[in-house]
Amino acid sequence: MEFQLFGIGILTWIVFIPIAGMLVVLLLPDKNRTAIRITAVTATGLQLVFAGIIFALFDRTKGGINEAESFQFVEKFSWITVEAVPWVGRIEINYFMGIDGLSVLMILLTSLIGFIGVISSWNIEKMVKGYFALYLLLVTGMMGVFVALDFFLFFIFWEVMLLPMYFLIGLWGGPRREYAAIKFFIYTFVGGILMLLTMLALYFSVAYTDTATGQSVHTFNILHMMNPANYVEGGLLSGVDTTWRYVAWMALFINFAIKIPLFPFHTWLPDAHVEAPTPISVILAGVLLKLGTYGLLRINFPIFPDATAYFIYFMAALGMISIIYGAFCAMAQDDFKKLIAYSSISHMGIVVIGIAALNTQGMVGGVLQMFNHGIITAVLFLAVGVLYDRTKKRGLYDFGGIANQMPLYTGLAMIGMFAALGLPGLNGFVSELFSFLGAFEAYKWITIISVTGIIITAGYILWTIQRVYLGSTPENLTSLKDLTPREILMFVPLIILIILLGVYPAPAIELMNSSLSHLVEFVNNGGQ
Amino acid sequence: MFTQLPLVILLLPLLAFVLLIFLGNKLPRQGDWLATAIMAAAFGMSLLLMITKLTAHSGEVFSHSVTWAVVGTQAISFGIMIDNLAAIMLVVVTLVSLLVHLFSMGYMKDDVRYSRYFAKLGLFSFSMLGIVITNNILLMYVFWELVGISSYLLIGHWYEKKSASNAANKAFIVNRVGDFGMFIGIMILFLAFSSFAFESIFASIEAGQLPFGSEGWLTAAGVLIFCGAVGKSAQFPLHVWLPDAMEGPTPVSALIHAATMVAAGVYLVARVFPMLTADALLIIAYIGAITALIAATIAITQFDIKKVLAYSTISQLGYMIMALGVGAYTAGFMHLVTHAAFKAGLFLGAGSVIFAMHASLHKLHDHDTDAQDIRNMGGLKSRMPVTYWTFLIFTLAISGVPLTSGFLSKDEILAGTLAFSTLNGHWLLPLIGFIVAGLTAFYMFRLFILTFHGKPADEKVNTGISESPRVMTIPLIVLAALSLFFFYSFNPFGASGGWFFAAIERPLSVVPELLQPASYPVFYEAVSSVHLVAMILSVLIAGAGILMAVAVYHWKKISADNLAQMAGFLFKGSVNKWYCDDIYNTLFLNGSHAVMRGLRWFDETVVDGIVNGAATVTTFFSRISGWVDNHVVDGLVNGTAATADKAGGLLSRIQTGKVQTYLLYVIFSFLLLFVFFM
Repeated sequence: MEFQLFGIGILTWIVFIPIAGMLVVLLLPDKNRTAIRITAVTATGLQLVFAGIIFALFDRTKGGINEAESFQFVEKFSWITVEAVPWVGRIEINYFMGIDGLSVLMILLTSLIGFIGVISSWNIEKMVKGYFALYLLLVTGMMGVFVALDFFLFFIFWEVMLLPMYFLIGLWGGPRREYAAIKFFIYTFVGGILMLLTMLALYFSVAYTDTATGQSVHTFNILHMMNPANYVEGGLLSGVDTTWRYVAWMALFINFAIKIPLFPFHTWLPDAHVEAPTPISVILAGVLLKLGTYGLLRINFPIFPDATAYFIYFMAALGMISIIYGAFCAMAQDDFKKLIAYSSISHMGIVVIGIAALNTQGMVGGVLQMFNHGIITAVLFLAVGVLYDRTKKRGLYDFGGIANQMPLYTGLAMIGMFAALGLPGLNGFVSELFSFLGAFEAYKWITIISVTGIIITAGYILWTIQRVYLGSTPENLTSLKDLTPREILMFVPLIILIILLGVYPAPAIELMNSSLSHLVEFVNNGGQ
Repeated sequence: MFTQLPLVILLLPLLAFVLLIFLGNKLPRQGDWLATAIMAAAFGMSLLLMITKLTAHSGEVFSHSVTWAVVGTQAISFGIMIDNLAAIMLVVVTLVSLLVHLFSMGYMKDDVRYSRYFAKLGLFSFSMLGIVITNNILLMYVFWELVGISSYLLIGHWYEKKSASNAANKAFIVNRVGDFGMFIGIMILFLAFSSFAFESIFASIEAGQLPFGSEGWLTAAGVLIFCGAVGKSAQFPLHVWLPDAMEGPTPVSALIHAATMVAAGVYLVARVFPMLTADALLIIAYIGAITALIAATIAITQFDIKKVLAYSTISQLGYMIMALGVGAYTAGFMHLVTHAAFKAGLFLGAGSVIFAMHASLHKLHDHDTDAQDIRNMGGLKSRMPVTYWTFLIFTLAISGVPLTSGFLSKDEILAGTLAFSTLNGHWLLPLIGFIVAGLTAFYMFRLFILTFHGKPADEKVNTGISESPRVMTIPLIVLAALSLFFFYSFNPFGASGGWFFAAIERPLSVVPELLQPASYPVFYEAVSSVHLVAMILSVLIAGAGILMAVAVYHWKKISADNLAQMAGFLFKGSVNKWYCDDIYNTLFLNGSHAVMRGLRWFDETVVDGIVNGAATVTTFFSRISGWVDNHVVDGLVNGTAATADKAGGLLSRIQTGKVQTYLLYVIFSFLLLFVFFM
């Protein structure tokens, strides 16, 4: 599938449009806030349009994963080539992008959440120029990770996200923002170093023969890394089931587990969420966490199918712990944002046990859960944001009777809440169902224990609804205004998706079915 | 007709819900007539459907599926199925819903969220109808949960009251516990048979396939699915939510927590009946019996009119479940139908009484007297004649007095349990059955007498009482008529010859022969031989119960207090609902609170402590090395300051402060390291 505009491929457009927006923002005078906001909304809006085009043109039958020819919208150029480096030979880094059924939903999610985040950022008044410049850079970073097929490019985009996120939390955040930002930075940076090491080890272990010159060329191409035939004799990561391959898998896993975040690497998340401004929480929970599970599926599973099989029980067990542990911790919170942060840990655990099932149902359920959780958690954080904007409060015991004050808002927020507790008819249920179905086939008891999470989840969600929305209104909160048109605009697309995909998930499942079936087969056959 | 019409019936209430949610307050009278008219249309169509089905297509099953999603190569389809069971159930649900809509126009007249209330009723009716017409266990689970959420919304309708929102939460969460089991059961079935459709699951079992190749798992799957019914039909040990659910508006209690939703569990068991093994059925029968007994013993001592009815509902649901468990399939389902009519009637009658009490207390500006406590009533007979006479019919029906519908179904159930015990010696089941029959008659007449007869508790309140408006009494009259025998069988002393028994036949078991319960012919023969005994016994016991109630509460020949004293700890246990709530609160509520607080502490102190500790340790070492650097190294260096200065100048050029350059250094250092060590 090809699509070009002015001779430039659609993936380049969708990745770099925010950067273009950022440049425009930087050129605009600081005082002209409206222009800055409009630039940001245009850039992310265009991105959404491109995502729509991708959705329309995407070929649902192609597999991708390890087959370069069945990737779509591929753009591949030689980017950095250094000939004849001593001992190494030719160094080659490609600008290699493409999407398959694994990434396409994530691209749609990123564009949508990116766009809604801008609408939600409309009332940010502090250093508007810097804020939107960083915001747009962040969106480019996220989008880039989802389309990169060259490990070096993947790594660059991965690190590009880090700095804007650091500053967005550290400058626009709450009272403990510096602690939270540093914690986020160090956690992610440590993970990044582990990934860097593994990437280099892979680079030196993998070489393919250039058909034109006959040279053996080391490469960062992720697809080449999936082919056992490309591993050089005596390379650190060559062979099957070697200790070094397990170590490499673990290093990558820790990096991605930090992002997901899986127990016990999760404690940066509640702090980051509590301090981050609403739109950044939305981005963080809506998209950033998915990069972790996406990384596992794009890199760990197909490059190290042997190590994946070796560690898969361990992974499923961590998923189970995250589900239960996250749910209990969520219940114990009295800060609304922290509660949602822990609920994210719990819900991302479902993704992990879904993909750890290594069968199509679980995989489809897991990836769908990534998308659905992105939508649902965005609604929840927006809901907290709406209350926070009006009252400057976030404590669960500070509210009460909001349903009488703001009926429309309460209705929309409650749909999000019900989706989070896995109510059938809303999207969360569908992905939880398939994740659990798949996991049950692979691990009976782990799954049964995990499913008890739905009871705890119902507990903390309903308790939250009761404390915040029901009951009688405290005296200082009797004059709250219901949603403004701008706020309605940011909720409505998400709510529509929650209901639509809950009733009829087939359009989303179709997008990824072929790729994920192929991935499952590929991994289960040990990368053959 | 059997694919489109059920779909229309299903979607009509959803339409009402959507219309009322979005346009509610703009519609005339906030849309109550619109919602009621839509429900009436659904009822008309259901009636038409049922009559056609039972007369012209009695032996057929209409099933139609569409693909919902394809995962991998596996297509998951959803569909609807109309058999006699579904056709009858459609009429029951739409009729009760229609009558409750009508009644609510009077009862909820001045409610702050009047339109929202009718919208929720629509959502509930939609979900309930979904359970009835689906051919698929997963889709049933979907509607099952939707019913749960509409019940949650309706119990919490007056959410300003903390007790209401607590009750709503409790209902949903306790149900979730049951649904957890049901969900595991569904997963086992899907894993074993790759389908969610009842038909193909049964076909696979019949072909000899077993989940994970074991008979134990088949029994387990059946029991786990039954867990869903334990939650929804308020069976022991998950019965605790139903009495609390009475916090909702009374018409809601009539519709959801008496006639339809709580019967969904019974319907579920009837649906999966063919795949239940004899062991699973025995467990089901005992759970039903225990529930019936426990609830009946609690109902005896309660004073809140709705609480008595709530426990009686649990008890009657126990009967139905027990009936299915012993194989009296038709009797169990018939009791569901007859109970729907008379229990909806009892609740609406109670609603009528509470409505009148409220109005009267309101006029007296009395907001402290409990309008639901039967000790504050008495002597309402002459004030509310329609309510009185219809309530009497309902009470006779639930007590199992001949000529009522309740007699027919209860008699068949008791005969069934007795037959079951003659076949395999489980004599505890009929024993409990007969005891509960006596208790039911006793506590229902206790309620009836205390409410309507005797001297009024407060003359002033009593004079202010007047009969409810016609929108409220007409539903009572309709339901009272439906509580008489001739709607179900022309023979007032036996249902087995009537149309109901002809329409609903016990389905054949599909489980391997060794695991099957006694076959229907064997069971039927046993029932025939004990039927007369059972009937005589049940009439005698009901009569004794009524007589006892009259003697204690009307003639006052026997003092209730003395009785209570004699019963001792039994009385105390009954008043305290056998401590179920207290035990659960201590065990599960406090338990989970302790766990969550413990985990929060663990998370903040241990997990995060390690992280922050690592940071502290790092800072500490950097301080030490800083000190060493300043005092030791610097001391040495001071002598060669000039050299250091130069070196420093060189090095500082590397330290540009730009992260990109650092990144570059890092990458290149690693490249070098690799080059050297490989």
